[in-house]
Amino acid sequence: MRFFMKGENPMPQFNWVPLVFAVFSATAFYFSEMSAAFVTNEVITRFIRDGVMVLALIIPINAGMGVNFSIIVGALCAQVGLILAVDYRLGAVSGLLLISTVGILLSIFSGVIIGICLNRAKRREMITTIIIGFLATSIYQLIFMVGYGTVIQPTNQEMMLSRGIGIRNMVDLEMFRNVIDTLWLFRIERIEIPVLMILCVFGFALMIKYIMKTRLGKQFMVIGESLEKAEALGIHVGRVRIKAIVASTLIACLGHIFYILNIGMLDVYTAQMNTDIFSCAALLAGGATVLKADVRHAFSGIVLFHSLFIVSPQAGQNVFGNPALGEYFRSFVAYGTIAFALIISSKNQEKLSIKEKTVKVT
Amino acid sequence: MKRVGVQIPQFFIIFFLILMMFLAFRLEIPLNWIISDALVRLVMNGVLVLSLVPMLRAGIGINFGLPVGVIAGLLGLCMSVNMSIKGLLGLSAGILFSIPFAVALGYGYAGILNRVKGKEEITATFVGFSFIPLMNFFWSTAPFTNPAMLWPIGGKGMRPVIGLKSYFAKALNQLWMVEIAGVRVPIGLLLFFGMLCLLLFLFFRTNFGRALKAVGENEQFAGLAGINISRVRAWAVILSTVIGAIGICVYAQSYGFIELYDAPLMMAFPAASAILVGGSMGRHTHIIHVVIGTFLFQTTYLISGPIANELMIPEVAEIFRLMITNAIILYALLYEGGKSHAAV
Repeated sequence: MRFFMKGENPMPQFNWVPLVFAVFSATAFYFSEMSAAFVTNEVITRFIRDGVMVLALIIPINAGMGVNFSIIVGALCAQVGLILAVDYRLGAVSGLLLISTVGILLSIFSGVIIGICLNRAKRREMITTIIIGFLATSIYQLIFMVGYGTVIQPTNQEMMLSRGIGIRNMVDLEMFRNVIDTLWLFRIERIEIPVLMILCVFGFALMIKYIMKTRLGKQFMVIGESLEKAEALGIHVGRVRIKAIVASTLIACLGHIFYILNIGMLDVYTAQMNTDIFSCAALLAGGATVLKADVRHAFSGIVLFHSLFIVSPQAGQNVFGNPALGEYFRSFVAYGTIAFALIISSKNQEKLSIKEKTVKVT
Repeated sequence: MKRVGVQIPQFFIIFFLILMMFLAFRLEIPLNWIISDALVRLVMNGVLVLSLVPMLRAGIGINFGLPVGVIAGLLGLCMSVNMSIKGLLGLSAGILFSIPFAVALGYGYAGILNRVKGKEEITATFVGFSFIPLMNFFWSTAPFTNPAMLWPIGGKGMRPVIGLKSYFAKALNQLWMVEIAGVRVPIGLLLFFGMLCLLLFLFFRTNFGRALKAVGENEQFAGLAGINISRVRAWAVILSTVIGAIGICVYAQSYGFIELYDAPLMMAFPAASAILVGGSMGRHTHIIHVVIGTFLFQTTYLISGPIANELMIPEVAEIFRLMITNAIILYALLYEGGKSHAAV
């Protein structure tokens, strides 16, 4: 026992998922015949685009609320800000200011609402967040496909559909393209490293580490362990859970701003699609469970998951002569990882509760 | 625990229906067309909604893994088309072929759901989601030989949409179709649905059906009474999967096409929404909820299409449908959660 630090699980279970992902990625990489430099570049790009989004999932998991699939709402808040910036034809600096202000305010507001909803649906948080994500997407689509041009009058006619109602599917963000992601760009041979952006992602990671060390973070951990225990300790459970969701939505919103700015185009109706599933699958691929997650899981998960994602269509093409098979494999991996993690986690939970019971008896 | 009166979802959907009826009247959409189509759509989706009942009754929750049953049904249908069996016989063959698949898949699915007690709904969602791409592998390499089902170029892999016109499209729809005062009443179709409902009703009257309900009401008492809980839950899942397979067969013949690949991905959500509109609240689910819910829900679906077209924004109908679907499911989740919270 003395080998382990205080408070740590004395018998950490070995998680096979990252290893399986590593083997799959390596095999697919071998068959894809892609160059290592290309794959590395792609992984770095994905790391910048999706890194913060994956980090957004960590706090709710540790607060015992499972995977927060409603990070999609945070993404939508960011998109609202972006559309407004394009609508008012703002420049790079003032535009970024507006985007982040609108995004932050909206995501705090919606985070509080989601938190209140989840407090009513204790122990069924994950399915509730999925449905909230779907609902928010349709409300968002309704506003921008129907509301714009009928109820809301746009100032920038260029982004509207020719019928005058609804925004175009694609909105160009040329004034924001390459504003922040080319700063401090280093090149090593053929590998490009945008240092500032990577430091930004690490900054978010440090922030989450710090939050988990504060009083609030400790409260999250206690609630994650047991609701009854937290209540007995006098923690205002409902309020702390709302804080967890607000933090998650806020980080997701900022992460999505990174994502869109890096792409340089806004796919108005579909840019947010599947961000929840892919972020969740990436986190779980790194060895997190739906009960416990850490920053290191997020980082290793992004690298493992996305390297598999990049190489699998080409591998499918080379081995089976059909790129669609690689595509199916990707979706299967994304959904399957989540399903697997859910099945495994409840098995562990059962064991844990049995252990607790026996302890009580003796 | 009998609920009386109209809850918010029912109120909302009825209000919406009246509003749309009014609009339809203003836009001069013929009423007899609406009623004829509403009757067809009731059965077309009704069987899929019916498939949720056994799992709800057994306390497993909403079957968000409906794609598992749907895929079993699609396999049966494809086998029937592959043998070029035509007419009602083709449909029956499709249903018959799909049942063994449904039982086998349902058995595995039940094994998973029995491991994740208390988290069935979220796990079911992802089991359903991950099963679809897995089956996409199969569809693109399936050993079927009927050229009507395969890609015209290359001759390998299934088409995403297979027309049933020369096989059994609308075979059941047109069985004993009678026209009464301009309204076309598909008596054969309605009888088929009625029979399925009756069979399920009678099933819950048998000893096994009572055991299933007992597990749903209170698992601990059921266990003390000597009921093998895992086995009963497994049978509930299998039954749901089998009815789901029959449901997609009826749906496909009514629609006139078999849709493969990603088409079943989101099928569970409208079905779940329909049964909730009917007044189902978890374990307190009755067959009548299925009928009322599907009718109300599908009729709003039906009328919203032409109205949106008239208003020149065709996407609105689809967005509204999704919004209503998810709002109703969310309401049910929050309502039940609020109740259990009050109980604690």
